[in-house]
Amino acid sequence: MIDYEAIMLTIITASTPLLLAAIGELVVERSGVLNLGLEGMMVMGAVAGFAMAQVTGSAWLGVLMAMFAGVAMSLLFAFLTQTLVTNQVATGLSITLLGLGLSGLIGSGFVGMPGVKLESVSIPVLSDLPYVGTLVFGQDPLVYISIILVIGVSYMLKRTRMGLIIRAVGQNHNSAHALGYSVIKVRYACIAFGGMTSGLAGAYLSLVYTPQWIENMTAGRGWIALALVVFSTWLPGRLAAGAYLFGGVWILGLYAQGMGVPIPSQLLSSLPYVATIIALILISTNRRLSVINTPASLGQGFVPDR
Amino acid sequence: MSNLTMAEKPNFESVSKPLLEVKSLTKKFGDFVANDAIDLVLEAGNIHALLGENGAGKSTLVKMIYGALQPTAGQIIWQGQIVTIENPAAARELGIGMVFQHFSLFEALTVTENISLALPPHLRTSDLEERIANLSQDYGLPLNPRALVVDLSVGERQRIEIVRCLLQEPRLLIMDEPTAVLTPQEAQALFTTLRRLADEGCAVLYISHRLEEVKQLCHDATILRLGEVVAQLDPQQETAGTLAQHMVGSSVHAVSRQDNNQAGDTLLQLTNLYQQADTPFGVDLVDLNLEVRSGEIVAIAGVAGNGQGELFSALSGEVTNQDAAAITIQGQACGHTPINGRRQLQAAFVPEERNGHSAIGDFSLTENILLSRHAVADDQTPLHQGWAGIKRAELAKVNAEVASKYDVRSASIDAEAGSLSGGNLQKFVVGRELDRQPKVLIINQPTWGVDAGAAALIRQALIDLSRQGSAILVISQDLDEIFELADRVAVISRGQLSSSYKASAISREEIGLLMSQEKSAPANEATAQGSS
Repeated sequence: MIDYEAIMLTIITASTPLLLAAIGELVVERSGVLNLGLEGMMVMGAVAGFAMAQVTGSAWLGVLMAMFAGVAMSLLFAFLTQTLVTNQVATGLSITLLGLGLSGLIGSGFVGMPGVKLESVSIPVLSDLPYVGTLVFGQDPLVYISIILVIGVSYMLKRTRMGLIIRAVGQNHNSAHALGYSVIKVRYACIAFGGMTSGLAGAYLSLVYTPQWIENMTAGRGWIALALVVFSTWLPGRLAAGAYLFGGVWILGLYAQGMGVPIPSQLLSSLPYVATIIALILISTNRRLSVINTPASLGQGFVPDR
Repeated sequence: MSNLTMAEKPNFESVSKPLLEVKSLTKKFGDFVANDAIDLVLEAGNIHALLGENGAGKSTLVKMIYGALQPTAGQIIWQGQIVTIENPAAARELGIGMVFQHFSLFEALTVTENISLALPPHLRTSDLEERIANLSQDYGLPLNPRALVVDLSVGERQRIEIVRCLLQEPRLLIMDEPTAVLTPQEAQALFTTLRRLADEGCAVLYISHRLEEVKQLCHDATILRLGEVVAQLDPQQETAGTLAQHMVGSSVHAVSRQDNNQAGDTLLQLTNLYQQADTPFGVDLVDLNLEVRSGEIVAIAGVAGNGQGELFSALSGEVTNQDAAAITIQGQACGHTPINGRRQLQAAFVPEERNGHSAIGDFSLTENILLSRHAVADDQTPLHQGWAGIKRAELAKVNAEVASKYDVRSASIDAEAGSLSGGNLQKFVVGRELDRQPKVLIINQPTWGVDAGAAALIRQALIDLSRQGSAILVISQDLDEIFELADRVAVISRGQLSSSYKASAISREEIGLLMSQEKSAPANEATAQGSS
């Protein structure tokens, strides 16, 4: 028989990097910034995390380093797009290309080295419960962090003043400025947060998922995470559901192939994008929904008139 | 310097310092001097008008007082203290509130969230909701605190802005053209609120170009022209004409118009025109009937957002109609015909938004001429040869004609459309169409945001065209303009059109009532009952 718990575990492992990267990008886009550099920030996180863990032997130091690398890349993006007001799409793409290239260079000495794995939590008794034990109580710490982040971001956006200001800045940066909020500062902070979670997502890949360094090991997950944010219509709850759905489809496809069901892998890997296109169509058919959910100034640079 | 003789002006026991004093305030953008040594004194309890044409520097001055811009030189003195107002938050802290002309609201947020953003952070949402409800009721500005702004009308959105200011208990309230979006009745209600605020000791700085309104409401007035103060006076002692003269600097060329008693054939006719809005927040047009004859100007009055945009799209063919017979131009049924087909019937169209709809800002003027006229057969000389190319020389000739005839001033003769000032661009887009001598002209908001000189020129050109036998339909929210132009007036309200009245036989108040009329169904019922 199929081991359902094992399948669920692999689904969660496949989904968590998507969720981590996407929850940060969701906050970034809610503030009105489109950072297409997700893939580049992730892969930099992955290589920096792996290298630090390799050198020091501490996976946790690796995680910290990965976050730092993600933030550093995102601040470069922020400086270009917010301070110098460059085009966000072009800048984001170059951050991705830069990240892929730079990570290959940094990681060239680490290819094939044994990695350090971030240990899973193990709570005595609870982790040994049948069926749900490992699933609920025996995950690695980043899975819990990802879930805490989703809940935290959801609460922050909906209930706190900080969230209200972020939404206001993303909705109409001119009005937010006129009310006296610093659009640029809010966006810098959001972009840095997005860099941090992308770094975490990268660390997940190189310290948990497959604890080693392979060039381009993000393998397009940054793009799936970007699609996921749109798919979720910028709502954290839907984002989590979407992440597990995309991860689930991916893993089930692998299982199906393993069992000899002939599903082309290309078809499966295109599913997230197809789902995103359908979500986009559904949003745009209802103008009211799109006004309420879409950050209206998404992707537009802000220049205050002085 | 205060020569105020108003009876209702509150008395002040002490000859204390004025609330706000602005001394030789100057703002330069590069070499351009937007405000040149402005002096202004605002007293508590006074409603002070700030008048001037577009580009006179009103917004710049107000933005400096509100902290959105920093002065290049000069002082702002608040209650006797020299202050630096670094940003709008600092202005609000001093007690300066502002209601913007283009609302600074967030559509996706609720009324409460919008207001909360402008207030100190420590207020609890539930408390705030209660305060909004109380205050809006108290001042007669009904609002549902939990409604999303996207669902609200323009008038309701303005109420949010006003309530937002009032919650900060301002000492000075700045209002930027607040009545532009209101019916005459709504405007009167607003004046009542403002008078009450003034009686409570609040100062109001009131920006408007509606002179009648200023005479009715304001205690004193400062007039700006080209960045300088040209007059400080008591509007009660002036006429609208003398105020306008101060604003423009010379007497405004009056528009001359003879009544036209011999309207000719019907050139434009709407018969039971229905049109579903193409967005959920648009207005459905319901059973519109109207005819416009050769030689006359018919105006459609109404408050913004009552279906004017939809009506324009339906008439121009940007949105085609299912019923071909609903719209006829020169007797031809053309409901199915898109815009160029209608242009070939010698119709011309000027939409409301000049930059981005009438004209493309990044294109040169000649290119913009080609855009609206490439398909029109009634030109004597074609402007292009199909796929073979564009006749640049012919276009340049047309452009030069339009520029000289309609006084279009630009940096170079074939400048980019976006580099023209609003008034000049409007003269260009109107001139481009009038140059064709169209038999039918449909124009939406012909002089919106245009200075008095340009407005007079455009209006005169419209009258001249109609007297040469064209039929003109003007959609406008400006009653002064309507009375200057129109032979007949109809009112659009919630997508329905009233019958038309001779302009000489209808008053502003009657138009105002038609504007605010509920759906006509109950009225019909009433008449039906009455007749049975």
